[in-house]
Amino acid sequence: MISRKKKERIIEGVLAFCGFTTILTTVGIIWVLLSESLSFFSDVSLFDFLTDKEWTPLFTQKHYGILPLLSGTFLTTFIAVVTAVPIGITIAIYLSEYAPKSFRRNVKPALELLAAVPTVVYGFFALTVVTPFLQTIIPGLGSFNALSAGLVMGIMIIPLVSSLSEDALFALPKSLREASYGMGATRFQTAFRVAVPAASSGIVVSVILAVARALGETMVVAIAAGQQPVLTLDPRDSVETITAYIVQVSLGDVQHGSVEYRTIFAAGMTLFVFTFALNQFSYWIKKKYQEKYE
Amino acid sequence: MKIIEAHHVDIFYGTNHVLKDINMDMKENTVTAFIGPSGCGKSTFLRTFNRMNDYIDGFRKEGEILIDGKEIYKKNVRVEELRQEVGMVFQKPNPFPKSIFENVAYGLKIRGEKSKKAIEERVEKSLKQAALWNEVKDILHKPALSLSGGQQQRLCIARTLAVKPSIILMDEPASALDPISTAKIEELIAELKESYTIVIVTHNMHQAARVSDKTAFFYLGELIEYEKTKDLFTNPKNKQTENYITGRFG
Repeated sequence: MISRKKKERIIEGVLAFCGFTTILTTVGIIWVLLSESLSFFSDVSLFDFLTDKEWTPLFTQKHYGILPLLSGTFLTTFIAVVTAVPIGITIAIYLSEYAPKSFRRNVKPALELLAAVPTVVYGFFALTVVTPFLQTIIPGLGSFNALSAGLVMGIMIIPLVSSLSEDALFALPKSLREASYGMGATRFQTAFRVAVPAASSGIVVSVILAVARALGETMVVAIAAGQQPVLTLDPRDSVETITAYIVQVSLGDVQHGSVEYRTIFAAGMTLFVFTFALNQFSYWIKKKYQEKYE
Repeated sequence: MKIIEAHHVDIFYGTNHVLKDINMDMKENTVTAFIGPSGCGKSTFLRTFNRMNDYIDGFRKEGEILIDGKEIYKKNVRVEELRQEVGMVFQKPNPFPKSIFENVAYGLKIRGEKSKKAIEERVEKSLKQAALWNEVKDILHKPALSLSGGQQQRLCIARTLAVKPSIILMDEPASALDPISTAKIEELIAELKESYTIVIVTHNMHQAARVSDKTAFFYLGELIEYEKTKDLFTNPKNKQTENYITGRFG
């Protein structure tokens, strides 16, 4: 018979172990990223990496400039965010300020279902539905382009924006809206002059997380954006994102341990720096907001 | 002159009959207090005068409610205009998370007032009327949420006054405040009576006795007694009223 005290300690140990697993994994990932990137940069100078306008590690004429991959990543992310943010926030405002309670109860889970669709399905949706449709509007559009991938990625992250923004709006005290209505404000005035400003930090956080999500998204861009590392900001072009490149190399027959192979760690590190910065930024905004209201 | 009249008013929330055949009227420039135990319908009744119950699911009203002789539940009544005429102060101070100035200016701005000068004058006047000007005149652009609870409530009163209503509804305006802030609010009510008609819901019978001209006692959705405050508290006609004000129940 184990004593009660001992039992408690075992449970505590198990719980602590589970907590530490996630931390250890994160540390491990960062360690691998860092060490592999460092050995990459012993072969390729950081200066070339950041300024060379070509990315051709897999060709005989090798260039290691990350800029084309960054431009591809930012282009698709930009299109996605420009699509998702206005639609997502409009949905959030409608659900929290206008829609009847029963409608909100049914529609919100349905919207979140969009987030449950596997991303590979979105990728094929972009390639086989959206791109042919866009080709009827934009003559000469290739089968792989940044526009289609960005738009579909935008649709994919709408639920993220709308759901988090709606949570922020819904969490506002009822008394705040009553105050506005009580002064003779319309629903529109109450929504845009009181509710949205009061929930702005939550809305901003939802946008930042959406950006981070789009930056890291892989499947849609790997399938629909093509795999052409070109330095361009034209949405009609075929582009390659950092994530799509990593997939390409991981699945290809590049020899492990070679410089070509290590490029994916340098690229991954670059992406990690951006998403990490965004996460920190959203954390900072959240914290600032809490200080303001408590 | 009668400014608010209720004739045979019944209120339902779904199948719940919360107010039963209420008849009463209120004169201009008077303070009327609604008292009664929790759930007696007094707050619901107060909120029918500016139609704040409209958003509650299953709300239904029968009978007539007239303000300035006009039925306020008619189709052609614009509820936004009604609420500028009938202002409201809530139980818990609920300033907007904006500056002190912006809080008071809100009502003017949503009405489309563009003149900066007119807004500034109105804000100053309203804050003076609400006896808050001296405390905030140097910090007008600080967040309203940095004020104390009592100051916030006076700010909410100033905000309501800024749109020049003729009636002010107060739903237990001092129940979340300390005794000193409460005393200030009560003083303010006495001053505001000169130019406004005030209807106040309160749980505090001493407060009702101090601030009001007439008092209505509600119990289980019925208006039990409605008399001059002095008479109701010294010589209640109804047994239930007497039991309530002497603290035997409620």
